Amino acid sequence: MRQSFSQVRYTEISNFIEVKNLIIDYTRVDDEGRTVLATRAVNDVSFTVEKGSFISVVGMNGSGKSTMAKALNGLLLPSKGEVIVDGMSTADEDRIWEIRSRVGMVFQNPDNQIVSSIVEDDVAFGPENIGVPSEEIRKRVDSALRKVDMYDCKDKGAHMLSGGQKQRIAIAGAIAMRPQCIVFDEPTAMLDPRGRKQVMEIIHELNEDGITCILITHFMEEAAQADRVIVMKEGQIYSDTTPEELFSDRKLIEGAGLEMPPLIDLRDRAGLPESITTIEDMICQLK
Amino acid sequence: MSIEVKNLRYVYNQGMPGETVALDDVSFGICDGQICGVIGHTGSGKSTLLQHLNGLLKPMDGEVWVDGQCITDGSIRLVEVRRKVGLVFQYPEYQLFEETVAKDVAFGPKNLGIEGDELDETVRKAIELVGLDYEKVKDASPFELSGGMKRRAAIAGVIAMKPSVLILDEPTAGLDPKSHREILAMIRRIHEELGCIIIFVSHNMGDIASMCDKVLVINKGKLALEGTPHEVYSQEEKLEAMGLDVPPVREIVDRLNEEINLGSDALTVEDAAEDIKTWLETSH
Amino acid sequence: MVRDITLGQYYPGKSAVHRLDSRTKIIGALAYIVELFVVNNFWGFLIAAAALFAVIAVSKVPLKFIFKGLTAVFLIIAFTFIINVFLVDGRVLWHWWIFTITYEGLQRAFFMAVRLVLLIIGSSMLTLTTKPIELTDGLEKLLKPFSKIGVPSHEIALMMTIALRFIPTLMEETDKIIKAQEARGTDFESGNLIQRAKSLIPILIPLFISSFRIAQELALAMEARCYHGGEGRTRMNEIHFHRGDAWAGVLMVLFLAVIIASRYLGALF
Repeated sequence: MRQSFSQVRYTEISNFIEVKNLIIDYTRVDDEGRTVLATRAVNDVSFTVEKGSFISVVGMNGSGKSTMAKALNGLLLPSKGEVIVDGMSTADEDRIWEIRSRVGMVFQNPDNQIVSSIVEDDVAFGPENIGVPSEEIRKRVDSALRKVDMYDCKDKGAHMLSGGQKQRIAIAGAIAMRPQCIVFDEPTAMLDPRGRKQVMEIIHELNEDGITCILITHFMEEAAQADRVIVMKEGQIYSDTTPEELFSDRKLIEGAGLEMPPLIDLRDRAGLPESITTIEDMICQLK
Repeated sequence: MSIEVKNLRYVYNQGMPGETVALDDVSFGICDGQICGVIGHTGSGKSTLLQHLNGLLKPMDGEVWVDGQCITDGSIRLVEVRRKVGLVFQYPEYQLFEETVAKDVAFGPKNLGIEGDELDETVRKAIELVGLDYEKVKDASPFELSGGMKRRAAIAGVIAMKPSVLILDEPTAGLDPKSHREILAMIRRIHEELGCIIIFVSHNMGDIASMCDKVLVINKGKLALEGTPHEVYSQEEKLEAMGLDVPPVREIVDRLNEEINLGSDALTVEDAAEDIKTWLETSH
Repeated sequence: MVRDITLGQYYPGKSAVHRLDSRTKIIGALAYIVELFVVNNFWGFLIAAAALFAVIAVSKVPLKFIFKGLTAVFLIIAFTFIINVFLVDGRVLWHWWIFTITYEGLQRAFFMAVRLVLLIIGSSMLTLTTKPIELTDGLEKLLKPFSKIGVPSHEIALMMTIALRFIPTLMEETDKIIKAQEARGTDFESGNLIQRAKSLIPILIPLFISSFRIAQELALAMEARCYHGGEGRTRMNEIHFHRGDAWAGVLMVLFLAVIIASRYLGALF
């Protein structure tokens, strides 16, 4: 396993989320009524998330990335180890709502995370749950809808919208909670290229506004847009590095079952030197 | 074996508020043994088109001919059409329902009247063709398989009907890169073994470029472009106007053409690498 | 297409009817339905219909939109009409084989059909002019007094919100599954009753599994958005009674009086 670069560099700086030796087991009840271990989805994972950073998490299906994501806001609790969000442990029942209002979450299926039929009512759902006063909710909903460019659709029925639009509503629902961090669990998997682009633009904008973004994705070109990429394999962190470093390392990518970026694939197949990592490098080399 | 689509037209909610023309005067042909890619945005009419090809939707105007038979004139039995043209919908794993994988795969052929040993043999072949281990999965519940395996089991359920045309609507949607590659390899294998026409919808331009003999571009209910991948992807301005991309390698190759006069029209990494090698040999 | 079903849909607007408190509208709609069964003659129906059309006119919901919703229940209305025409005894107007049409039957059938039409339009006016969230908030508040005797008012309201939200989603899901199984050669149209019932299994099981998946994902999404029951919840739009609601109340009482009076009006003519 590679030495994780973040741990070295980021420990002195403000850590928003600290994951320490996290283990999450899925259990099932066997024929005799005993609880037995079914799978260890996350196996001894440690990393820290710096405030305001943009991290992507990649890995094959079943590598534990989705399970790990759900532990970041206490939707799943650690079997062992701990997750500290802004100084609070997710295992602390009294602070769980505080944690969830600071770490928002957007899921894969746009349809199955919208609660109310009308767009603006759905966006209001989160703030309503945490007891925000009415006028304040109104303000938050309007600004959240403007942020995702869906203000004109605020009175529309959710079922009339396209997948990409629904996903933007789901993001607005998370923004309206005024979180400091949003975890995106494969938000673009079910969208077409146009919807995917829009969602990625919004994620960038949110990150520029200072919101910490954690993006789980299968699309390498999306993962490459983050400051840092965590690769997961079989419940463990396989690599934790910058996209530039990850995507120029053929062994690392193949080992994790990921996809080579076309440029690097082309470089290797054409027999060009490994020092080339950008199109500009390649042009220089060939000239 | 061939497909002829002539002047297809379909309108949703005709005469009602919210009337939308989903297909407007669409005509094309696909020859024997071709892999045909279909690209276009969500809501462009792609899905409506696919559903016409196996009789799930009836055109308001126009005809569909499969293998010299008109399937839209009402005289042909629908079961016959469905046997000829297999359609795999998006996220086909959501249609699995039987207790075991073998039973689920047998559902289609049973509906066609295949029985006994022939049925078992058909099911076994279909499961093996999608790259699953027959002995291992036949008695397993389809719901216990992993995501990518579930999808392949569902595709086996359509292949078991031995279609002469296999339509796949975004077969790689939502899969991780490894499962994605496996599905593409599976499609190539099916194409080789069955020799059928394959029509395959994808948003991944790289996949379309590397897999297909022919590409159809559907935009706002109309057939906007038609031709080989080279013919289609060389019309970059038109694609851009429709908001569609070219394969990612093409973007790199375009830059190299501009900067170093590579003179390549490659659409796949393999071709581009060859062109660079040749260029290096000739210019140095 | 499933998207065309207007029953239970909301038509956005800012009319006086839209602005009424949802509780007023719920009570009004319930009262109207009861009153339809108080009416027993032509004049009563005329008044009831006039009142309803007045409400529609004020609400500015296009008539086309309302009648589109009616087409879905047309069969039920036709069925009720036919049953009533043939099954009521009285003065015979026409007789053939086992079919007899009586004057009373015709009258009853006509009244019943009109009553049904008014009932459906009346109740759809409630959903058309009230946002689902206001509707369920109103219901929650109306049920609140009963929570002392164990009626879970918040949970009932939330269930309604989710049901209204997911009706279109589940319909689309059903549509997809039916098509997928049709593509695998399922035949829903031929065969006897048992065969047809059997052909539903490949649809019902995936639909069931889908529903559970949706429920599971939705529950997780709701938890992630801090949902933890009705306690301490606030509302973006608290519903309040305004002056308009007082006027609506007066009109509703007046309407009730006129409807009761209409029972005697028939005797005068």
